[in-house]
Parts: sequence; C-alpha cells; structure tokens
Amino acid sequence: MTAVLETQSLCKAFGGLIATNDVSFSLPAGARHALIGPNGAGKTTLVNLLTGVLQPTSGRILLQGRDITGLPSHKRVKRGLARTFQINQLFADLTPLQTLVLAIAEREDAATGWWRPVGLRRDLIDEAEALLLQLGLIDVRDQRTATIAYGKQRLLEIAVALAGKPAVLLLDEPAAGVPETERHQILDVIAQLPASVTLVLIEHDMQLVFRFARTISVLVNGGLFMEGPAADIARDPRVKKVYLGEELVDV
Amino acid sequence: MLTILSDGIAYGMVLFVLACGLSVTLGLMNFINLAHGAFAMAGGYLTVVLMNRFGVSFFLCIPAGFLVSAALGALLERTLYARLYAKSHLDQVLFSIGLVFMAVSAIDYFMGAQQQLITLPPSLQGRVTVLGVSIGVYRLFVIAICLVLAIALQLILSRTRFGSQLRAAVDDARVARGLGINVSLIFTFTFAFGSGLAGLGGVLGAEILGMDPTFPLKFMIYFLVVISVGGTTTLTGPLLASILLGIADVAGKYYVPTVGSFIIYTIMVVVLILRPQGLFGRAHAR
Amino acid sequence: MSALLTYFRPDTRTASGALLAPARWQPLEILFWLFAVSLFWLAPSKVLLLNEIAILALFALSLDLILGYAGIVSLGHGAFFGLGAYVAGLLGKHGLHDPVAGLLISGGVAALLGFVTSFLVLRGSDLTKLMVTLGVALILRELANKFSTITGGADGLTGVTMGPVLGLFEFDIFGKTAYAYSLAVLFILFYIARRLVNSPYGLLLRAIKGNSLRAGAMGVPTSLRLVIIYTIAAGYAGIAGALLAQTSQFVSLDVLDFHRSADVLLVLVLGGSGQLWGAVVGAIAFKIMYDFLAAITPQYWQFWVGLVLVLIVLLGKGGILGFYGAGRDWLANRLGKGGVR
Repeated sequence: MTAVLETQSLCKAFGGLIATNDVSFSLPAGARHALIGPNGAGKTTLVNLLTGVLQPTSGRILLQGRDITGLPSHKRVKRGLARTFQINQLFADLTPLQTLVLAIAEREDAATGWWRPVGLRRDLIDEAEALLLQLGLIDVRDQRTATIAYGKQRLLEIAVALAGKPAVLLLDEPAAGVPETERHQILDVIAQLPASVTLVLIEHDMQLVFRFARTISVLVNGGLFMEGPAADIARDPRVKKVYLGEELVDV
Repeated sequence: MLTILSDGIAYGMVLFVLACGLSVTLGLMNFINLAHGAFAMAGGYLTVVLMNRFGVSFFLCIPAGFLVSAALGALLERTLYARLYAKSHLDQVLFSIGLVFMAVSAIDYFMGAQQQLITLPPSLQGRVTVLGVSIGVYRLFVIAICLVLAIALQLILSRTRFGSQLRAAVDDARVARGLGINVSLIFTFTFAFGSGLAGLGGVLGAEILGMDPTFPLKFMIYFLVVISVGGTTTLTGPLLASILLGIADVAGKYYVPTVGSFIIYTIMVVVLILRPQGLFGRAHAR
Repeated sequence: MSALLTYFRPDTRTASGALLAPARWQPLEILFWLFAVSLFWLAPSKVLLLNEIAILALFALSLDLILGYAGIVSLGHGAFFGLGAYVAGLLGKHGLHDPVAGLLISGGVAALLGFVTSFLVLRGSDLTKLMVTLGVALILRELANKFSTITGGADGLTGVTMGPVLGLFEFDIFGKTAYAYSLAVLFILFYIARRLVNSPYGLLLRAIKGNSLRAGAMGVPTSLRLVIIYTIAAGYAGIAGALLAQTSQFVSLDVLDFHRSADVLLVLVLGGSGQLWGAVVGAIAFKIMYDFLAAITPQYWQFWVGLVLVLIVLLGKGGILGFYGAGRDWLANRLGKGGVR
C-alpha cells in the first residue's frame, strides 16, 4: 500500500529555535489520523509546512508519491491537499452559495471564465447546492457569510475544502469555539466524510480525537513523541504526563 | 566634491528628522499618514512668520516649531485621526490626501504661492573648515542637531518605559489595555511627537529644502522613499536611507541635472522590488 | 411580457436565480443610457462638458475594476491614463489619424505597461502598492518631461489631427461628435466590465479581495489572477486618456500629474466603489461640483476636493450610491411596515 501523505525527516528552524524536529510519518489512503500535542508542541508549524505556508529547513513532503516540498500552497491544493483553518477564513461579503460555486469553479479550472454570468453555470450551481444540502447549509444559502451563525461558518469551512474533492483533508480544530448546541452538526459531517478521503485531524479536544481517529501522532517539542493506534495512545501513561504538563521524561 | 558630500549629509539629516516621525506612526502604528508633510509645513511656515513678521530669533523657532506642530498633531489625532486607526488603508490614504489638499490650498490662500525665504542668524552663516573640508556652519549645525535627535530617539524607543509601552500597545492593543496601559493616550502622544518632529524638520529644512505651499506633496515621495528604503523596523535604517537619499539627490542635481528626480524614483521602485522590507530592514522572523 | 419580467426579476428562490439577479440589467440602468443619448439633442450646448464626464467616468470605471473589485490600492492610476493620452496624441500627430485604431493601440500600450508593472505592484503590502504605483507614475511623468522633443514637454503636444470616426463622422468644434464617440466607447467598455464582474472571474476577484489566504487555500494562484485585472484596468485607463487626447486634439504634462490619480480616487469613492455605477455617478457629481466650486474659488478648488475626501471617509463608506441604497432600504422598510399595519 502506497502512502497518500508522507513526510521524510522534516525539520524547521527559526534562527536557533527548532519548531519541527525530524518528523517522519506516512498515511495510507482513507486514514483517520489525529495530530495531537500540548500547546507549543509545533502543531501549527507542521500544518504550515504541510500546506506550504512555510518552507522546511530540510526534509521532504510527498503527496500521492510525488514530491511537493517546493510547491506553493495553491499548487498543493490542486494536487489534492485541502485544509480548513482553526480561525475561520471565509469570504465575509459572499454568500455560502457563491463561495462554493467559486470553489468548484476553481477545481474545474473554470474560475477565469469572464463572460458568461455565474448564474447560468448550471453545472457549478447544482453541485454547490448538493454540497450545501449535504452539510445543512441550504437555509443560509443566500445570506452574507459574515452574518451567519458561527457553527454554520465552521461547516462552510469544511464545505469549501470538500468542494475541491481533496485526497487529503487537514482539519485544524474543526469544532473550535462552536457552542455545544451546534457541535453535533460538525461531528456528524466529519463522521460522514467519504472513506476514500485521508483525514488529518489537528486537535486539542480528546473527545473528538478518540471519536474519529484510528491512529494518532503525539507531537512534543517539535518532534514525534509517539505514534500508534488510538487505543494504545489513550492508554499510554507518558502521553497523560505530557498533557498534564509535567516535566518531560526523555524517551 | 566633499562639499557636495557634506551638503548631501545635511540634506539627508533634515529628511531623516522629517521622515522619522512617519516611520513611527507608519511602522509601529501601521497608519498610512500621507499628510505628514503638512505638519512639517506648519513648522516651516511658523518659522517664516515668526522670523519675518515678528523678528523672533531662529533659535527660538526651533522649539516653537516642534511644540506647535506637536500640539496641532495632538489636536488632529484626538479629533480625527483616532477614528481612522481601525479603518482600511484606503480610507487612511483618502483622508490624509484630503488633509494635504486642504493644507496646500489654505497656505496658498493665506501666504501666497511663492517660495518663502528666511535669513539665518549671522552666527549660523559663513563656512568653517573641518579636517580640510569647507562646510557651511548651518549645515554643521543641522547635522549635529539631527545626530543628537537620532540617538535620543533610539534610546527612548528601546530603553524607556514609554518605548516598551508603545510596542506593547501596537502589538496587541487589547492585551495592553488589560495590563493597564492607556493605549489611546500613548497613541496620541506618539502621533503628536511624530508631528512635532516633522515640524522641527520643517524649521530646519526651511532654508535647505525651501518652503512653498506644495511642500507636503513634493516631499511626500521623499518620506516614502526614506521609509521604503530604510524599512520601519529600526531607526538606523531610515537614518542611513535619508543620508544616502540626501547625497544621491544633491549629487544628482549637481552632476547630472538633466536626469532630475528620476534617480530617486527609480531607486525607490528598485528597492521595493528587490527588498520589500527595506534595504536596511530585517525580514520578520517568524 | 412575463418573460420580460422574469428577465428583470429572476426567481431568487432558485440558486441560479439568486446568482443571476445582480447580473440582470435594471430598468433604471437602461433609462440612464437612453437619457445620456438623448442629451445629445436635449443639451447640445453642454456636450463638451458631457464629453469630459464620459471620459472621467471611464477612467473611474477602470480604477473600480482594480480597487472596488480586486482591492488593489493605487496612487498612480493616472500613469495609464497619461500614457494612453500621449500614445493617442503622438499617433494622431505622426500619421495615424483614424480614431478607433488609435484608441485600440493606446489601450494596448497602456495595458502592456499595466501587465509589466503588475508584477511589481502585486508583490507587497498596501503600503508597498501605494509607493510602487506612485513611483511608476512619477517616473513616467519625469520621462514625459525630459523627452520634451517628443512629448512637447511643459508646452504640451500640439498638432494632433484626427480623421473622422469610422471614416464617417468628422470631429466638430462644438464637441457633438466627441460626446457621441466617448459615450459609445464608455457604453461598450461598461458593458464588458459588467459582464466581467458578474462572471465567475468577477466572483473570484471579490473573493481574493475579501480573503486572499482562503482563495489561495482553494487552489487559486491569487497574484496571477490579479495580473489579468490589473492589465485590463490599465488598458481601460489608457483608452480613457486616449479619448481625452483625441477629442481635445492636445496633450499636456497635466495628464500625468499626481492630482489625476488623486481626483480619480475621489470620483470613485464619491460615487461608491465596487459597483461600476459608482464610477459614472461619481464622475457626474464631481464635474458638477467642480463647475460650481471652481466658479466661486477657482484658485483654491483643491481645498474643496480635500474637504470632500475627508468628509467621505469620516461619514462612512458607500459614497452617493451607498446613501442611495441605504435610503432605498429605509424607505422599503417604512413602506413594508405601513403595509402590515
């Protein structure tokens, strides 16, 4: 089985500070993987390296067997690596419908069409509507994104990523800040993601992690502290120690 | 040749005093104030009026220019500018260009369109020879004042409590407020201080740069060049950039007058392309 | 009849209807163009002024494409206007007297400059953009000033002669042909711009303006996409400049002045940016204001420009169209409440 997403000895240093230290992992197609670690463990840096916001000091990143280390963010997306943001990054002035039509148009390389009105692109609109329906966003279809409920905005974050039909989806704290009453919607959506999509969950919330993740990597001080099946990690006393903020034991 | 160099340095030093206030509001407070030159013009015209109409000594005009421009800055900050910090850069640009236009027309209306001249006190006229180079006394005077200012500013920003409070207020206004820092007062004070420096530059520059109503527009580009070449992360950057610009401009006008301001605009664009963070600025490490 | 009604008011309950609604021409818009044409006969003594308004509207329209839709701030948009004017003037002076061909070439040259400089402009922050656009405009002005043997320098470029438009309509001293010509060009380019902003690409521009990080995370090569609109807008501005040169048969250094770039910003924010019509409404309001204020205080006209800029910023966004929209909503609200009662 070939890996869908793989990193080889990934390192990132900011001056003297090593934020990512020799991280190597490999995920098969359809994986449900969680990336956890205490604050300052280097989760954000790792996500930025994977998505191309930062360039690694050394090491390689492979997507579906091809080296993407030097590619800019937007080209990685085209190769099938999508992400959601921990803090909503949406188009405040567009409606959810417009947002998704655009995301689909970009995937189909139709976003530079400059003559036919958007409203006549049935192909794009139908797919966008289906996605809105699937994620429970149909009732806010034509509202300005800035005005819709926070939980719905979190769903739209996921919808935009899904519109690109990614092979790998990085979910960065998908339920962060969502009120308890709207939380189940997001969990349901994650549960119903197609099995073919490789899921990488970056999370703090252990309840969410153990519900979805089959495998887990624990990141501490920029390096991989431990990885393995979710059940093993849950039982490991050293992980508990890390999370309780005690002195780290050398491995 | 060395005279051109010293003239260029003096010219550059004045540019530094004019621009460093902008470097603080723009670099630290992230506010695009294209009307900075209007405060300099206020200082310059104040000197002209005080000296030519009331016979006030030039030496008194120096602190007066600073204080009046600072007061003007504080007034405008409290009444108008404070509302614009949260607005878009476009709004800030439109607003400050509007102010420039109003200032230019107002000065034209009250003072006329001609260039204003001042006569320096006798003690600042004439030339001295330093290390075999003949330098105008006034040029030397300006260089000395500006050097002292540059050092004092650097110390204020890096060593004093005010400096660290300012940096905290800029970094995260909310957290700074939580720490009991009076953010809006700090901003007002900083803005007033920057405007005062502009006014001071206007006093010192009245003789070297010339004062006419189009001053804020004419020198807007110079300030921007200083900031863009020097970067806004330190004060040494703008200082070096000002001196370079001063020398390049004086030498350019002397040796290749036909090329005119062309060199300066080109330098600015080239630097912005090659090093967007400025020639002497450091890239933000993060 | 009902087909016509569904054209103007598509069913917004359907997704495609909701997307189509803003793309449809409204009766008021059609009336406006008919009115503009009728002025040719209704106000023949004002055609010179109307010609200037049409040119200014086109110039502001070009700025709206980059500022209002793509969020690119520019302090030097006049560079393209001035370049277009000089190219058209020089063509007219040195043998190419056909206006339409001259217009296309001028627009093309300006677009080329826009394309080349876009790579410099689109790199940095707002501040870098401001400085680079300003720098480019200043360099161009210096060039025009220095090469006075070609451009006529401070005296201006004279001896521009224009043949008849399309080989049929000679320019007359009253400016009737000039107005008809400028209005036709404005209409065609307005129509194209209107198609563009309602297309997927128009949506994409608004998305990049709104959040370029998210656009990039959707796979959009944002800078590359902005290059296209910057080039188009430069071409538009060049055509506006060319219209001025051709209809006045004279070009002076004034076309590259900083105040051109500042004035066009004022025109756009006065009308309301990001909705195309703001450019037209702003141009009309600006010219009327100019005529009125310049009559009172010709020398200090800039003071009023400055005051209006300051007031627009302080009073909030939207310009005239913003006020119009807010007023209309308020009225609809009042009437709606009345109906329920």
